[in-house]
Amino acid sequence: MPDDSTDSPETVEPTETAETAGSPAPPAEEPALTEHAERLLTRLQAELGDAIVEHAAAFGDVVVRVRPDAWRAAAHICKERLECDYLSFVAGIDWMPAPVIAEEGSGDTSSPAQPREQTYGAAGSAGRYQVFACVESTHHKDWRALLKTDVADSDMRAESWVPVYPGADWHEREAWEMFGIVFDGHPSLRHLYLPSEFEGHPLRKDFPLLAREVKPWPGLVDVEGMPGEPAEAVAAVGAAEEGSAPE
Amino acid sequence: MTTTDANLPQPGELPEVEVDPSALRHLADAQVNVELDTGDMVLNIGPQHPATHGTLRLVVRLDGERVVAADPVIGYMHRGYEKLTEYRTYPQITTLINRIDWLSSFANEVPFIAGAEQLMNIEAPPRAQYIRTMLTELSRIATFLLFLGEMGLQVGAITPAFYGFRDREYVLNLIEAVTGGRFHPNFNRIGGLKDDLPWGFIAECRTTMNKVLASCDEFEDLVAGNPIFEKRTRSIGIIPPELGAGYGVSGSNLRASGVDWDLRRDGRDYLVYNELDWKVWTHPDGDSFARYWVRLQETRESARMVLQMLDQIPAGPIMAKVPRIIKVPEGEVWVNTENPLGEMGYYVFSKGATGPFRVKIRSASFSNVSILPWLLRGVYVPDVITILASLYFILGDIDR
Repeated sequence: MPDDSTDSPETVEPTETAETAGSPAPPAEEPALTEHAERLLTRLQAELGDAIVEHAAAFGDVVVRVRPDAWRAAAHICKERLECDYLSFVAGIDWMPAPVIAEEGSGDTSSPAQPREQTYGAAGSAGRYQVFACVESTHHKDWRALLKTDVADSDMRAESWVPVYPGADWHEREAWEMFGIVFDGHPSLRHLYLPSEFEGHPLRKDFPLLAREVKPWPGLVDVEGMPGEPAEAVAAVGAAEEGSAPE
Repeated sequence: MTTTDANLPQPGELPEVEVDPSALRHLADAQVNVELDTGDMVLNIGPQHPATHGTLRLVVRLDGERVVAADPVIGYMHRGYEKLTEYRTYPQITTLINRIDWLSSFANEVPFIAGAEQLMNIEAPPRAQYIRTMLTELSRIATFLLFLGEMGLQVGAITPAFYGFRDREYVLNLIEAVTGGRFHPNFNRIGGLKDDLPWGFIAECRTTMNKVLASCDEFEDLVAGNPIFEKRTRSIGIIPPELGAGYGVSGSNLRASGVDWDLRRDGRDYLVYNELDWKVWTHPDGDSFARYWVRLQETRESARMVLQMLDQIPAGPIMAKVPRIIKVPEGEVWVNTENPLGEMGYYVFSKGATGPFRVKIRSASFSNVSILPWLLRGVYVPDVITILASLYFILGDIDR
């Protein structure tokens, strides 16, 4: 067995040059929908009609963005007519660009540098917030739909799925406390994870991660010199290495 | 006391009507109930209670011994992994997600790594896929062996717990031999695995799997065939299949309700499950006993799968060629897998950086436990404990 591992990462790494390291593998060509997903999309289009704003493929899965006022109707159709009886999750997302923690090249690798402009994922978005969900079928192989809907910045509301899928209860409570999205028709929007007096919505991009605010990134300060070597020299080497690596 | 109704017995005077004894008993019951009608009682189970496997708090409203309403309070172990993933690079995140379901950490890594690999258009070599599958199944066996023992403990049988811990230790030793970690292997890499199998692993693993198969027989005799155990678990905590699916209950819990659905077979193809000969076990009853029985069969099935993989495992590299700095192209992907506790999935949004833009973590226990308010209504307090045990959740998997 051990002789199989001649191509292990340790032996590969040194041969990688700085240029190849900087350019990752060619971006995956977006695979078209799987056969199942195409059938699912056709049926969704027939049922929902112009309530579908946009649809896209995400690695074989179909991502369907529906109008906010058709959000619960979409769930109902998925459950009753498309045999998606299983609710996987409901969640929110904030598309605002990630905050900048450290200047590029400063050696602070505490958070990966994300692009500064606001872009949206598959099937697009009208604004900063979205709700997305996944429903699956327990009757067919690989039969699942990814649904998205927009949430207006000014009036952060979405229709609740609890009347259709009872399991949406906790997922929506989580999205409510993490993003501040109010779900119309939810029986009791209470805090789920956080204490009831908690203020703010932690998964919004503008909510700071306190651990990063109050304490410098340990990667910068923990560089210790070998015995007999001045600490500054090591720190300089460490910073240079880290600075050159990510970008 | 004045009354105009002559039929009512006056104080100090016995009624003269002949009384049917059964009616009298009824009357006595009614009086007792009136006297003891003190309103509902609210009982806190947890957050520190051995039967809750961690820090789950259950607020139950009791009418006598019956639960009128139950409200699980979670979040005592919330570590904010979805936020933390936005501040980490992809290789760093595997360390975090090892700690979601800490009994089967290896299985947690698989869908996340698969998501990153899909986004980067990298495929791990076949040998790595086999080892991944094998370690996932070993995690499943370790997790279920603990359950098989612990479930006995929850209904008052001490002995099975010792058997469960003993047998799990054999499997953990195997995982440790391969990965170096008993609980948190952190062994998956984007594009493959950290190391190959150690010398002597195949023979050792075969011996252990045969031990596991033997101990499954033991559990079948000792626990599943025990009349007391059956009395405590049969027709307790029944989950109807449609309702379970609507709540997102998954894995063995849903299969115990007769739903023939296993993501290893019915999801998008992943790892090497379609190259193995195995079957999905279901039980029609949907009660606590069914959940125990299904997990018992699945432990056996997993052991058989591992034995098959030991025979079939191909030679070859264990790591694909991967750039030194992991930068994931822009895109989003949803990957879900069948973990020991149910469906585990990651929705990864990438914007082309070294770390993800957002990761939605879909963990199994979260949805499995969300059915509790419905499931616990009307059961007796001691059954609450067996239902909790039979749902088999891990707090880290609920709170993330």
